[in-house]
Amino acid sequence: MSFDEILVTGDPLIFASQIAIGLTMIGLIALITYLKRWKWLWSEWFTTVDHKKIGIMYIISGVLMFFRGGVDGLLMKAQTSRPGLEVLDAQHYDEIFTTHGVIMILFMAMPLLIGVMNVVVPLQIGARDVAFPKLNALSFWLFFVGAMLFNVSFVLGGSPDAGWTSYFPLAGKEFTPGVGNNYYAIAIQIAGIGTLATGINFVVTILKMRAPGMTWMRMPMFTWTSFITSIIIVAAFPIFTIALLYMTFDRLFGTHFFTVASGGDPMLWLNLFWLWGHPEVYIVVLPAFGMFSEVIATFARKNLFGYKSMVVSVAGIAFLSMLVWVHHFYTMGNSAAVNSIFSLTTMMIAIPTGVKIFNWLFTLRKGRIEFSTSMLWALAFIPCFTIGGVTGVMLAMAAADYQYHNTMFLVAHFHYVLIPGVVFAVFAALYYWWPKMFGFKLNEKIGKWHFWLFVIGFNMTFMPMFFVGLDGMSRRLYTYSESTGWGAWLGFSAIGSLILAAGFAALCYNIYWSFRYAPRDVGSDPWHARTLEWMTASPAPHYNFAVVPEVEQRDDFWHKKKREETGLKKADLKPVHMPNNSWMPIFLASAIGLVGFFLVFEWFTLAIIASVGIVIGLIANSFDYDDGYHIPVDELEEEEREWRGDLK
Amino acid sequence: MSSHVETPLEYRSEQSQMNILGFWIFLGAEIVLFSTLFASYFVLEHNTADGPAGQDIFILKDVLIETFLLLTSSFTCGLAIHSMRNHNLKGLLTWIVITLLLGAGFLYMEINEFIHYVHEGATLQTSGFTAGFFTLLGTHGAHVTLGIGWITLLIIQLVKRGITEKTASKFFIASLYWHFLDVVWIFIFTFVYLKGMVM
Repeated sequence: MSFDEILVTGDPLIFASQIAIGLTMIGLIALITYLKRWKWLWSEWFTTVDHKKIGIMYIISGVLMFFRGGVDGLLMKAQTSRPGLEVLDAQHYDEIFTTHGVIMILFMAMPLLIGVMNVVVPLQIGARDVAFPKLNALSFWLFFVGAMLFNVSFVLGGSPDAGWTSYFPLAGKEFTPGVGNNYYAIAIQIAGIGTLATGINFVVTILKMRAPGMTWMRMPMFTWTSFITSIIIVAAFPIFTIALLYMTFDRLFGTHFFTVASGGDPMLWLNLFWLWGHPEVYIVVLPAFGMFSEVIATFARKNLFGYKSMVVSVAGIAFLSMLVWVHHFYTMGNSAAVNSIFSLTTMMIAIPTGVKIFNWLFTLRKGRIEFSTSMLWALAFIPCFTIGGVTGVMLAMAAADYQYHNTMFLVAHFHYVLIPGVVFAVFAALYYWWPKMFGFKLNEKIGKWHFWLFVIGFNMTFMPMFFVGLDGMSRRLYTYSESTGWGAWLGFSAIGSLILAAGFAALCYNIYWSFRYAPRDVGSDPWHARTLEWMTASPAPHYNFAVVPEVEQRDDFWHKKKREETGLKKADLKPVHMPNNSWMPIFLASAIGLVGFFLVFEWFTLAIIASVGIVIGLIANSFDYDDGYHIPVDELEEEEREWRGDLK
Repeated sequence: MSSHVETPLEYRSEQSQMNILGFWIFLGAEIVLFSTLFASYFVLEHNTADGPAGQDIFILKDVLIETFLLLTSSFTCGLAIHSMRNHNLKGLLTWIVITLLLGAGFLYMEINEFIHYVHEGATLQTSGFTAGFFTLLGTHGAHVTLGIGWITLLIIQLVKRGITEKTASKFFIASLYWHFLDVVWIFIFTFVYLKGMVM
């Protein structure tokens, strides 16, 4: 593709977006310049290696991507709200459902979860940062560059349009020419490498950096789920790395991995994709389980019921997650024996998941439940997620799946799993940990609006899809005739999606309102919580803990509070070692993004020239012997006095 | 020195310990990565379409020389670590340079081998088999190339700074990487070349 053809033309919707993007960019740059904030942005955010700031950047990006993916969803709902509409043409509809899926899973769910992990895990284990702070920053910037690259596709060159699963042979060059699917292969690759690095980082952090006394069975549940998630990331993401590499080769260099002709094998893509893709589902849902466990224990004022069985079931889910991938294609010519085995492994996942559901219920039993917004999300999660789980068991039966396969029933199922399982969890986590990030709470009253609009809208949007699905409506269908009788269901669903969107708008308004008006004196432990992160100031200081706490039991902070042992002795203060900021991560990620952009358009000479930037970044990194700096005791003392009053 | 129970230089600081553990976990990810490449290769192995099959083109003599070069380089890399533990900078540098030369020799042979295959009509685009073959070996070869570049940078640092806790841990990590590439090659030699010649 030559330079003058890269702007997508001919669609008024996209034309309007191009203008809007252009104006927003100019506006942002002008605003930052006017406020003289460039230096601040660079030194406080772009070059930071602080896990809390990196987490916040992940969360901001995740919320933005939620907006983008949500707009895609609303467009689909508008298109199918009545029979025979032409809001979008078939091609545009294909692009929208593809970007909706990829963005919601990889660029919304992942960064929101990894963002919360970044903020919370080091604090929960009493560490000063993650094991590799600079690598952590690189992970974020790789994710960010990948997300941006994927998002510009619809204005530059065209969006991918073969579905978020991008099955071959459809996704190959033969049936999908153009650059759209190159974006899929390359943008996800870049973000995926960042995720892999995050996985390694958190495995080492949790293995090696726990506070003294925090044994395995004293770890908070969210730390447990983050640890196991990180292990799944390390075990599953390299498979996708190779699958995407093959896809890139097939599309850019004409190889025959997944083609029909010349000895390629399209089923190889399906297997590799789901060997990563199914564990990926658990990568997003396990940290969410951890978040709910913390929120439910805190607001029921009880310790988590069945802690050990919780740990075992998380590990069990992680193990089984690797053994179920074939259930995504029961209908594609496996033998009966193969289908039966994968039916069994799939249904087995319901056992540890059921254990968790009962543990949460028993934690609630006889608790003094406080109905905070955060807790409401957790309470709504249990029934909604159970619907998703039970329909999952229906889909797990290979013989029955011939009826459900690729229908709207499946679409309804995974939205019932992923929205309560991930989105509700992230909302619960945001309300819960917001004070720890920013030093004030989100407004509870607006929060309840957010909650009710979102939960009602969610059920209205996705419940009807079960019924049209059972009635035979296949997924990814861009229009239908009146005689199908689906119009009423889908119209109802479209109205639901507007209520869902209103719920999201309420969240955005809540963030805005709380930043401006929320009271700032919430203290270090506003929820009377149980775990270590609430032992330090809100917002947490950049060094996290002036003195690393010694842990004696599970929910240690809760017991320390009872014994009034949360104070700080001046004599215990020692200088704290901290890493320095670094420009390397953002530089290296930008260079990789630039190479990726050129590869998308198959401008190989430019790509080779740009990869010099990557080499320079790697060499500079190798020669970097920066050892960080020490925070002196008086500075620690001053900061700690500010919120504790006098030290002992 | 060697008879005392003393923490080796590369393990002394906490950060070094974490770096080494982190690299082991990265190698775990690399094992998954290469397993995927191998599994895909086995799927595509017999899909030769109109192109040649493995036994039509493989030249075992060259592959044996490559194997010899790479395995020896792993041995010399071990000797380099041994010199490092004895605080013998000169020995360390000598053995690393030999290691890299052996690695470069391996790469030279491998590139020649690829050129030969292309002349025999087995290009990257010929068939499922050649795609799987060239990406599996190419990924390994790219790792060797990267390793040579990486260790060259470390040589400069070792010359500049001598053997310190930090340079020692950096080089120790690079040596883990180098040995890992050797292990992968053993699998390639067995399951690509030998199996390809027999079956």
